[in-house]
This record gives sequence, C-alpha cells and structure tokens, in this order.
Amino acid sequence: MTTTATAPVSPARPRDEPPYGGAVSKPPRQTGRHLMLATIALLWLLPLLWAVYTSLRPYADTSKHGYLSWPRGISLQNYTDAWNQSGMPHFFWNSVLITVPSVLGTLLFSAAVAFFVSRFDFRWNIALLMLFTAGNLLPAQVLITPLYRLYLLVPLPAWMSDSLLLYNSTWGIIAIHIAYQCGFCTFVLSNYMKTIPGEISEAALVDGAQVWRQFFQIILPLCRPAFAALATLESIWIYNDFFWPLALIETGDKRPITSALANLQGQYFTNPNLIAAGALMTAVPTLLVYFALQRQFISGLTIGSGKG
Amino acid sequence: MPSASPTAPPAPAPQAPATGASRRRPRRLGPGDRLFLAVVIGVPLLALLVFVWLPALASMGLSFTSWDGIYLSDIHWVGLDNYHQILTNYPPFWPAVRHNVIWLLFTALLPTPFGIFLAYQLDRKLRFTRVYQTAIFLPMVLSLAVVGLIWEIIYNPDTGLLDGILNAAAPGHHVDWLGDPDLNLWAVLVASAWRHTGYIMILYLAGLKGVDPALKEAAALDGANGRQTFLKVVFPALKPVNVIILVVTVMESLRAFDVVYVLGGGVGSKPGMELLSLLITDNIIGESSHIGYGSALAVVLLLVSLAAIGTFLVQNFRKEDR
Amino acid sequence: MTLQSRTVLTAPQPSRRTVVGGLFGLGAAALAAPLLTACGGGAAADPKTVTFGSNGADATPKSAYAAVTKAFAKESGLTVKTNTVDHDSFQKSISSYLQGTPDDVFTWFAGYRMQYFAKKGLATPLDDVWEKIGGGFSEATKQLSQGEDGKFYFVPLYNYPWGVFYRKSLFQERGYTVPRTWSEFTALAKRMKKDGLSPIASGYGGGDAWSILGAFDYLNLRANGYEFHMSLMRGEVSWTDKRAATTLDLWREISPYYQQGAGGRSWQDAAQSLLDKKSGMAVIGLFLGQQVSDEALRADIDFFPFPEIDPANGQDAVEAPTDGFMLSRRPKNEKGAKKLLEFLGSAKAEGLYMGVDPSNVAVHAQADTGSYNPLQKKSAELIASAKHITQFADRDSDPGFISTVVLPGLTQWLGHPDDGAALLKRIESQRSRFFTS
Repeated sequence: MTTTATAPVSPARPRDEPPYGGAVSKPPRQTGRHLMLATIALLWLLPLLWAVYTSLRPYADTSKHGYLSWPRGISLQNYTDAWNQSGMPHFFWNSVLITVPSVLGTLLFSAAVAFFVSRFDFRWNIALLMLFTAGNLLPAQVLITPLYRLYLLVPLPAWMSDSLLLYNSTWGIIAIHIAYQCGFCTFVLSNYMKTIPGEISEAALVDGAQVWRQFFQIILPLCRPAFAALATLESIWIYNDFFWPLALIETGDKRPITSALANLQGQYFTNPNLIAAGALMTAVPTLLVYFALQRQFISGLTIGSGKG
Repeated sequence: MPSASPTAPPAPAPQAPATGASRRRPRRLGPGDRLFLAVVIGVPLLALLVFVWLPALASMGLSFTSWDGIYLSDIHWVGLDNYHQILTNYPPFWPAVRHNVIWLLFTALLPTPFGIFLAYQLDRKLRFTRVYQTAIFLPMVLSLAVVGLIWEIIYNPDTGLLDGILNAAAPGHHVDWLGDPDLNLWAVLVASAWRHTGYIMILYLAGLKGVDPALKEAAALDGANGRQTFLKVVFPALKPVNVIILVVTVMESLRAFDVVYVLGGGVGSKPGMELLSLLITDNIIGESSHIGYGSALAVVLLLVSLAAIGTFLVQNFRKEDR
Repeated sequence: MTLQSRTVLTAPQPSRRTVVGGLFGLGAAALAAPLLTACGGGAAADPKTVTFGSNGADATPKSAYAAVTKAFAKESGLTVKTNTVDHDSFQKSISSYLQGTPDDVFTWFAGYRMQYFAKKGLATPLDDVWEKIGGGFSEATKQLSQGEDGKFYFVPLYNYPWGVFYRKSLFQERGYTVPRTWSEFTALAKRMKKDGLSPIASGYGGGDAWSILGAFDYLNLRANGYEFHMSLMRGEVSWTDKRAATTLDLWREISPYYQQGAGGRSWQDAAQSLLDKKSGMAVIGLFLGQQVSDEALRADIDFFPFPEIDPANGQDAVEAPTDGFMLSRRPKNEKGAKKLLEFLGSAKAEGLYMGVDPSNVAVHAQADTGSYNPLQKKSAELIASAKHITQFADRDSDPGFISTVVLPGLTQWLGHPDDGAALLKRIESQRSRFFTS
C-alpha cells in the first residue's frame, strides 16, 4: 500500500505535534492564509457576536434607538432576568437527566454492537450493521406517532416514573435517544474497532481471557478517542433535541431546556434581548463539552480512512 | 436532530480477528462468552427493533389508512388513496419537493466544497488552527434556539442587522428576508450553510488527518503545488471520506427540518419554505392530525432517503464482504 | 498500517483520561438521579388533590392562575397541582396530551376547538357543574360552552375583543376621526398614507401568521354576515363561493395600506410601530395591552369596532375569543375536579384572575368590573352589545385546516394580492380532507 511506497521519504510522525514543533520546511504565503482564515472565522462568528451584543442591552434602549445603534448601558440584567423568569436551573437539570444517560447509553450500546460485528465473524454481521446504520437515517417524524402509541402501552413502576408509563417519563426520552442514535455510533465505533490490530484480542484469547474482559479491559479503553468524539457530537444533538419531548412528555416540569426558552417566549409579548440572553445561556453546556473534548474530537473521528 | 455518519469505512482489516482466531483456535468461545455476546448484541438490537424499526414499519402501514390519531378503531384502510392525493391534489407537495432539491443542490455546491476547502487549509501546521476550527464549527455546537434567534435578529425587517445596514446605506430600502416567499428559502439556506460548513469541515479534517502525511509530502517534493497536491493526491486518497460527505450532504438536505422550522416560527410550513419534513409535521403534529396522510408523506421521504442511503450502504459494506 | 496502529497505540494523555473519566462519573450520577427524583411521585388517585394543566406559562397568566387556584385550595381544602406548559407546546401536543395521562382540569378554548375534542370523547360533560354555575352566564356564553351534542363541556373564564386599535393622541394631532363605515375607513387609510404613516400596522412573520385572521374574519362577517362566516369556518360551504371572493376583494382594497415587509415581521413589532405612531391603526386583540408597561401610554390607546361594510350586517358581530377550562375524559379525581370547575365558573374566580391580568374581560355576569381600566370597560360594553360573538378563525374552524391550508394561502396571497381565484381553489381542494361529514 501507499505507506510502503512513501515510507522512505518521511518517517511517520506523531500526529499531535505542537505547531511549529518540528517544522522542516515552512510553507510560503502563510500570512495570506492567516488573513483569509481569520476573515472567514470572524465572518462566522459575527452572527453570534451580534446576538451577544443584543443580549447585553436593555429592551428599553433597543426599542427606542433600534438595534443598530451605540449602546446606552450594557448590563447582564437580561441574563439574570432570563435565568430567574424561565426557571432555567430546573430545566437545565432536566436536560442533564436526559442527555447524560442518553449519551452514555448510546455509547455503551453501540460499543457493544460494534464489538460484536467488528471482532467476531458471524454471518449476519453486515446485515446487522446496515440495520443499525439505516435506523439512524430514518426521519424522526416517521417514528413519532407509533412510538407515542407504544409508549402509552408500556407500564413503568412508580419509582421510575410517576406517569406509570413510558409516556411522559424521562426514561422514554432516553430510550428513544439511545435506540435512534445507536446506529450512527455503531457505525463509527465499528470502523474504529476494526483498526485495532487483531493480535491484541488474539493474545487475550490465548491467555484465556474471557470475552467480556476483552471487551471491557482491552477494547473499550482503546476506543477512548472515538468515545470522546462521539460524546461531543451526541451531546450536542441530544441536548438540543426538541422533537421527542413535544409529543412524548406532557408535564411541563419534565421538559428539557428548550422549554425554558419557550417559557420566555411570551404568548403575546416577547422581549428579544431577553430571549437572546436565555438562548445564549442554554448554549453553554454544549460549548463546555466541546471545549473539554476538543482535543480528542478530530482524532477520534479519524479512523482508518484515507487508504482508498 | 442527528445526522449521518462521519467516519470512513476502512479497508478490510488484513488481520481480521475472528478468522485469525478460528484458524489458530486459541480457545473456543465458552458458554459464558456466548451468553455475554448474546446479551451484548441482543439488548441493543431489541431496543433498535422496538423503538425504531417497529414504529417505522407501523408508519408505513398507516400510510395506507385514514386516521385522526385518536381511536384505533377509527383507522380505515384507504389503499393508495393518500399517495394519490399527495401526488395530484396537495398544493404544497411539489413546491416542497422542489425546495428539497434546491436545498440539496445549494448545499452540495456551496457549503460542502467550502467546508472541504477550509479543512484542507487547516490541515497543516498552522498557528491558531484550533481557533479557526472552533470559530467555524461553533454554529454546529450552538443549540437550535440560538441559531433561530441569531438569524431572526439578523433578518428582522425593522430591527434586524441586515436591513439596518441596508437602510443606513440606502434609506427606504427594505428587504423582507424571511417574509418574501421568493427570498425566504435562500435566507434560510444561508443560515443552514453557516452550520453545514463547519460540520463538513470537521468531518473532512478528520479524514485528512488520516491521510499519511508522507503522502502529502511526497507529492509536495515532486513539485506539485497545493491545489495539485490536493486534487491529484489527497482527494482521490480520501474516496471513502468523500462518499460519507456526499451521504451526509444528501441526507441533511432531504431531511432538512430544524433551521426552517425554527426560522418559520415553529408553526410548520410557510409559503416559500415548504419542505417534505415540514409537511409531515404539519399533518402529524398538532390538533387535528391526519396520521395516514402524514405517514404517506413520510414514506415518500423515506423511500427517497433509502434510495440515497441504500446506494451508500451497499457500496460501503459490499467492500467488506469481499 | 502504520497509520492505524498509530491512532490506537498513542498513549492517551492524562488530560484525556481525566476528561473522559470525569464524564463517566457525572454520567453515573445522572443515571442514578431519575431514580431518586421519581420517588415520592405516583399520586395517582389522591382524593385530596386535583391536577390542573395550564398553558399560562407567561409570568402574568401564571401568577393569575396561581392566585385563583390558591383561593380555591383555601376554600375547599383540596390541593391543586398545576402543570404549566408553554402556550405553543401545549397547543401542539394537545391531542397526545388528552389521550395520554392528562391533568383533571385543563385550559382550553371555546368554539369548534372545544367541540372537536368533546366529539372525540376526550372530555367529560359538565352539565352538573353548569346546573350550579349557569345562572351567572349569558345565553351566548352558554351556547359557547356546549358541544355539538348539546351537553356542556366548557367553563369560560374570560374573553377579549378584537377591534381596530389606535392612539388617541395621534388621531387628535392629525385631526382624524374614527371611521364607522367602510368608505370612511378606506378614506382614512388613504389619508394616513399621504401623511407618511403606515395606515394599518401589520406583522405576520414567523409564528405570527394567525394575526391576519382578525381582519379576514371581520371582513367576512361584515360583508357576508355571521351565518355565512360560520358555515365557511365549519367547512359547510365551498371556499370558491362568490362571497368568499368578495371578502378577498375587500381585503385587496386595503392591502396597499398595510405596513410594508409584514411577511417577516412579528406582530409585536407591528404593534410597536402603532405605539411609536409610525402606524395609524392595527386590527388586533385587547392583548395588545400586554406590550405596554407605561400607564400614560396605555391611557392613550383606544379602539373602534371594525367598520360596517354591508348595512344589512352592520357591526353586529364581535370577535371575542373565550378562554376557559375543560375536564379530561377520565379525571383521576372527578369530584374534586368538578368542585374546582364550579369555583372557576364563579364571579370570584374571574375577579381574582382579572385582578392580576387586566388584558382580558370577565364573562361572568356578576364579575366585579369596578377595577376595570377604560379599555376593559369599553371591551365589556362592546361584547355585551354584540348580536353574534365569534371566536377567531382558528377556534371556529378546524385548527389544522386553518394553520396548514388557509394561513399559508392567505399570507402568500397578501404578499401579492390578486383576485384570489387561485387561492380559493387551492383552499377548496383541501376542504374535504378536514371536514368529512
């Protein structure tokens, strides 16, 4: 393969090198590139900065002078108001209760399936993989009506949900997130696991290690970068989802963070500055996750590609 | 809502573990192992079948019925009637199809190549590369509420940024970005492109990191300039990633929902911005639902999607089957 | 292969491990959390508790409902457990809500919208409640609260009229007079336009498309009368009827006086332009007042009934949507819930509510109107004088028909109004899908 052909030219270098760390030949026109990239990045940030600017201004100011004007008083008042008026802490917690178990469940389930299809040679592996992957590609609207009916039929014990049903319970939302997102993660993880050399598990088998130990002690730790990448993407998707709870949760107090915003969005009267502040606050958790896992994000998605 | 897959299908692993295992027979799978494997595959499979495929199949069945979504006894079989109605007597249907196609073409021709371009620019030793990446990927991280709000305060005809600037430059000018049915689809597409670019960039960047740097350097030493290196060496080497980018683009375009829904005020399809996914929502969610009708629309979308994914899946997995 | 091995075998940096580990830790905590919070729930059939589903998530209605339920709790010794869902989500999920495990009493709207769920058996009849509260309500209100089967299903709380709102000071400054007839109205609009105003404030962008229906309803009511309007709403006559075309003709006549760029504007911004004296008039509901925090400004707001078009109909119909309560189909605590409904149907409850939320008008005959502001007083008089009361297009008709067929059609048409033949044909083509008899 290509590797053999090019190996003499340059020995492989570790990927996560600091910039300029071992630069041999500096490419020309770097300034131009910076200029271009900085412009684009700024352009991309502009809409967000505009929202931040709006959120910092009192409604009285903007309704009088317009939004495209110099500020007469910048304050965090909108943020405190949004925080207090919408019951945001409560809804944040609801979203955590939905997102964290969903992401972990998705990763665990898909790791299991990926382990199965990538490390063992069963006849139905490819069909299975296709079933999982295709499941994630179904439009969510296709599922909602029968799912709602199904949820009304599944009883839950009182300690799990006061609705006594899968319907109107956080568990129901977690379940559909896991089932629906599993396909995507299985796909990524199975590709990732295939890149783990077979010798590793063979050695384990020779040592007489049980399969479950192989899974938990060898394969899962090796998949950490992929987990980080998937955790980022899935957190973003699941946290931001507003579709499933719309039909599957009826108690206002159980709804996720998107509801807090809807509460700010008055039926008749809306204060855009307040909404901007509220909306920006809801974006903080995903931003934190992204920044925390950013280093692994790209390398985790980098799996066995580029050998066409 | 989630999107399609970013990773590349790897070439067949030369040391396929299981074959290796069976050849050398280090230890047969014991009963405990088998039980473990059964659980490991059984539970997720059950969840998938019950929560995803069962409802999907039920929806397909419902698409041949007429039902208001309340009592099961009110489900009436109508055969292909819903499909017939949709194709011949549903005014927003063909506009929605057209908009989906426009969406696809636009996304495939602008933000996708641009994302690839950015990824290529950032895939090198460059100071601040992470800053750039973050800035461009940020729209993907933001919640939809934020995205909706941001573009709302940009496009607002009275107080928005765009019309504000326009008004300052040429007073009296007034563009109704989101209200004009000839314009609003494009306004929404800009918002969508703003997110999509970062997504593609990240996926491609991931793919590029997987290209052996030696390959690129070899091409560079041969005297090829950047563009040639990319077009002749890197791009072909990334065929699997390219396929995925293509699938992601197609799927995102066919299923496009969120941004339009939010910018349309969260009330379903608006003139000029009809999309298949929104028509389904119109018919399924709400006070007087037409489940059969909506399901039929969903099946239409599903068939189109499956055609798109199907080619991809078959192409992807057949290679492994060899 | 170097490539693959490298990815995998690179020793994970400590930071990575801690991050991922931390995440898992947090996850374990969160996995356990629902178990803890779920405990203590399951008050399925507590005879001491009535559950109440409310769509009043805004600060004002929320505290108004709280005042009412608190008074009831004090009076009856029962506990009211309120489940508040924002107005939009409540409406969107109402169908699944009512079939799921709904609260005993829930907020809803009078008209076709109430009758639909009554007909579907998703609500419990309230005839026994009405025996006790019936004396306090007018005949029109009683009709409004009945299903198609003649039984009562609804307990009204308040209503609010739609009219043409304006600022008194603007009319004074410019010497405008309140128009009574259609020709006076169009002449005034023309004059306003000449004076550099947007004559009719308009904003139906985003989720605000419903705001145009007030004008449509009034045009249709004034030109074609109550009976035709209601038949049209209930899907009993064809939308290609000549009379519907007349309504569009009238609308087209005033469309040049509509504020520009309305398709992307929120109604709230449109209302703001009225308050800023950039627009002259607005066809809107009394809830306009919620936008005003300055009392001096509020005192400057007034409204007049939509002008007369056909003398045969005069100004006899008033659009006054009524909000109130219904009882779900299998209430967990029927006795308690009915007690709550009796209380909600009393003058006292209405007084309590209106005390907090002054942008509505009580419907109970004995409700205390002493604290009304002038706008409320005028509203109450207008509604009392009406021969016919309509609810609003999306309440008098199938809401799905209105929101997915009529509204997209009308908003698109308003952008470039023509004779409307294509639009009406388009609407008509979908009518049978929603109204099967």
